[in-house]
Amino acid sequence: MATPNTPLWEVFIRSRNGLAHKHVGSLHAADATLALQAARDIYTRRGEGLSIWVVPSNAITASDPAEKGMMFEPAETKIYRHPTFYDVPDEVGHM
Amino acid sequence: MYTQALNSSDGDDRGVEDVARASQFQARIDADERIEPNDWMPAAYRKTLTRQISQHAHSEIVGMLPEGNWITRAPSLRRKAALLAKVQDECGHGLYLYAAAETLGTSREELVDGMLSGKAKYSSIFNYPTLTWADIGTIGWLVDGAAIMNQIPLCRCSYGPYARAMIRVCKEESFHQRQGFEIMVTLCRGTAEQKAMAQNALDRWWWPVLMMFGPPDQVSQHSDTSTKWKIKRFSNDELRQKFIDATVPQAEFLGLTIPDPGMKQNENGNWVHSPIDWDEFKQVLAGNGPCNRDRLAARRKAHEEGAWVREAAMAYAEKRKSRQLAQAAE
Repeated sequence: MATPNTPLWEVFIRSRNGLAHKHVGSLHAADATLALQAARDIYTRRGEGLSIWVVPSNAITASDPAEKGMMFEPAETKIYRHPTFYDVPDEVGHM
Repeated sequence: MYTQALNSSDGDDRGVEDVARASQFQARIDADERIEPNDWMPAAYRKTLTRQISQHAHSEIVGMLPEGNWITRAPSLRRKAALLAKVQDECGHGLYLYAAAETLGTSREELVDGMLSGKAKYSSIFNYPTLTWADIGTIGWLVDGAAIMNQIPLCRCSYGPYARAMIRVCKEESFHQRQGFEIMVTLCRGTAEQKAMAQNALDRWWWPVLMMFGPPDQVSQHSDTSTKWKIKRFSNDELRQKFIDATVPQAEFLGLTIPDPGMKQNENGNWVHSPIDWDEFKQVLAGNGPCNRDRLAARRKAHEEGAWVREAAMAYAEKRKSRQLAQAAE
């Protein structure tokens, strides 16, 4: 009864509020046309978006969770990259 | 949308795996971090979740059958459109859940084959027949109501892909319960015959719905591990009690009688139900419910009859790909 595996696709949708395409999930489809069709049926039943991207899952290169520290920790100590690091006298008001 | 008794885990992995990694893993869970597909996890965690999520997915897919039975016979266009949308949602929910289960390393095809061969379980509730239109109302009101009770805590489950799928499912699900309750209100405000039909449906579905929450806590031996791993956040009995307390006033509003003459309210205001016939539950899970054979036969038929479509789509994709390669080589 075993069936051959159908390719996996990742689905990204841009919502109507103008934000970037956002990953919403994945699906199986034989080709890009069918993947788009299935993405429409599975992920936009309630007007969730105005644009869909489908990307073959195996085309995605992901960072290694084991290297999370090396990748992201350096940013944690650089608090001077945030506006709240700087003092502005109260009299100046909102800046 | 339907989990039930799916929360028994395979117990401990102690001594089998790296103790240091296991304790790091538990520390992450305790800190309410989400576990993601490529993270290290104990084999038993992976196995428990694969089983729970895939059974949940199978339940969504099989759950289309009892309701699909009434799409062509819905009493009005409004009801028909709503029921069709609900059944489409269930298909979608099954697909979100399969995708979440696959991230644990089992292929969609293996998961589906597990269901078709009868090896994997699905919620026992779908092995009961939908005899009248009132059953469609009752399923929305009670079966979806029970499912929502079960699923809301799963939105905070420790496994990221499962939690995210459940958030989508829960968002879409509340329409299911409301459309069911609306059917019940209409029937209960209708003729005496319609009201009797509503009562009859409640009489048949009440006890199977209570069983959806799974065995009582004192016999649900594995739930400790699931709780420790934050897959499960409330016990079967806690959720069952919450459901009953929410449902009793709704039945009262409808003017229907819950078929449990022994049910009493205790000093805390909780409604205490009479003993549940767990023998019936075991029989249904073992494959001897009223519709087990029909449900599996229907799923197998759909799978087999769809085989040529899957094959044709793959063959077409292959043909196009090789044609493109040939053109590029020219």
